[in-house]
Amino acid sequence: MKRTVFRNRWLPYALVAPQVAITLVFFFWPAFDSLRLSLYRASPFGDRLIFIGLRNFERLASEAAYFRSVATSFLFSFCVTVVGLALALLLASLANAKIRGLTVYRSLLLWPYGIAPAIAGIVWLFIFHPSFGILPWLLSFVTTYQFNWFLKGWVAMVLIIAAAVWKQFGYNLAFYLAGLQAIDKSVLEAASVDGAGPIRRFFAITFPLLSPVTFFLVTLNMTFSFFETFGLIHAVTQGGPGDATSIMVYRAWKDGFDGLQLGFSAAQSVILMIVVITLTAFQFRYAEKKVTY
Amino acid sequence: MAADASGAQVLAGTADIVRVERARRRVDWSGRLAHAILIVSVAVIAFPLYYALVISTQTLDQVMSLPPRLLPSTNAVHNYIDAWTRVGMGRLLLNSAIVALAVASGKIVISLLSAFAIAYFNFRGKQLVFWMIFVTLMLPVPVRIVSTYQVISVLGWVDTYWGLTVPLMASATGTFLFRQFFLTIPDSLAEAAQLDGAGPMRFLWSILLPLSKANIAALFVILFVYGWNEYLWPLMVTNSPHMRTAVIGIDSLVPRTSQLPEWNVTMAAAVMTLLPPVAVIVVMQRWFVRGLIETEK
Repeated sequence: MKRTVFRNRWLPYALVAPQVAITLVFFFWPAFDSLRLSLYRASPFGDRLIFIGLRNFERLASEAAYFRSVATSFLFSFCVTVVGLALALLLASLANAKIRGLTVYRSLLLWPYGIAPAIAGIVWLFIFHPSFGILPWLLSFVTTYQFNWFLKGWVAMVLIIAAAVWKQFGYNLAFYLAGLQAIDKSVLEAASVDGAGPIRRFFAITFPLLSPVTFFLVTLNMTFSFFETFGLIHAVTQGGPGDATSIMVYRAWKDGFDGLQLGFSAAQSVILMIVVITLTAFQFRYAEKKVTY
Repeated sequence: MAADASGAQVLAGTADIVRVERARRRVDWSGRLAHAILIVSVAVIAFPLYYALVISTQTLDQVMSLPPRLLPSTNAVHNYIDAWTRVGMGRLLLNSAIVALAVASGKIVISLLSAFAIAYFNFRGKQLVFWMIFVTLMLPVPVRIVSTYQVISVLGWVDTYWGLTVPLMASATGTFLFRQFFLTIPDSLAEAAQLDGAGPMRFLWSILLPLSKANIAALFVILFVYGWNEYLWPLMVTNSPHMRTAVIGIDSLVPRTSQLPEWNVTMAAAVMTLLPPVAVIVVMQRWFVRGLIETEK
């Protein structure tokens, strides 16, 4: 804490006022309103609200479609995080040598961070295009299976995972490279002298020492794939085919704005809120205790 | 092979040299592998953008040809003009620029002020304010979809720049970043300023602000990209085409099942939309990397 403080009766309040005002009006009010709305449903003409208690939540709990979207969300997040990080870590470990031009590589790897998920999705949509895309064309030499994401849910899922992983990839790789360069080489050499092979050295030493980087990247990629990929879904698959790529955020939006089921959508917002709070709590607990720094 | 063998014979006597030689070769090899892997990664990462660029220069026939054409063609000007006029690209890009700049600078100013208050003043309710700002981390836009829209319509901000920008301006990360930074600044600076009779605002303006330049630049890059690429918010608070931002405005150019597959025009629009934020990252590289590390801690 600062020892020296300025003394002024009203100035500090004036300084925090804009932040507090925006927080109250655009964060707290809507959050409490979501909690309230989740207990209501709109009348058929949408002109008034009818109190229905916890029925929106009961409906969510009994709806197979909602469970599918929860499962889709977790599967999507899991794949983006695991595939993205595993690939990045593998390549970073192989490329971990004292070489010149690392900053140049870093620049060449980081730029996709600036591309909106929706735009990344549009580009990948064409790569996956069943008639003209390069990927189905290449695959047609190997197999006669039709990789048509319009018809097959899993192909659509692979498409959005590919776009998300692509956008995050250079970023993950750059962080792993930096993490690996920071590891003290003498520890690895000592293990090598003791007869530990490269694989053993990796899992016994490198991987644990990288845990802060991994932890940071896992939280970041989870949050990204859960909450920032709405544009990707909306611009590319629109949740389809069927509801194969309908992640929780997309569903909450669709039920609220397309379906005008305000209470039902608000109940989904409440569930999402619980997910974020859990993720954040996990981040703070875990970050303090279990990670080697 | 033969040359190697004779070389080995020459060196056979001195084991040391052989060992050094072998070690040097191994280092070379891992270095080469590293370069190879990084070059392939860079190429794979660049490919989708290259593909998009190439498609945006082709004619419709070339886009539909199989095998896919991976070389640029001559139809670029036509495609870009087509994309520009069909969705009113000028207006979309202008809106994106306004949103990105306003959100970035608004967030920076607002969080600088509140961080200054929290770090340099004791006031009643400070804990409460700090806690309130912290909680916003747990309430991203998707979590309050329907209700925030209602707030915006109560305020009459639907389809306005106010609605597009102000609600995105509160930032816990910015506040924490500046607070952390202010705590590292020696107390003697503030003491000296007070002795010289400088008030708090003067101190903020003439001393803290210049010291925070690098942090401000770092935050600016991250926030500009965030503002430019925000999707859900502009989709919710705008109805009319002339208030849309580029990221959502080009959606109508994506050919759906029954439409003519004019992907060349789509890609032209996509390229125009992704260029500004990518350019900001490339130009402000140094601050961008710093910002990535600082804001996500």
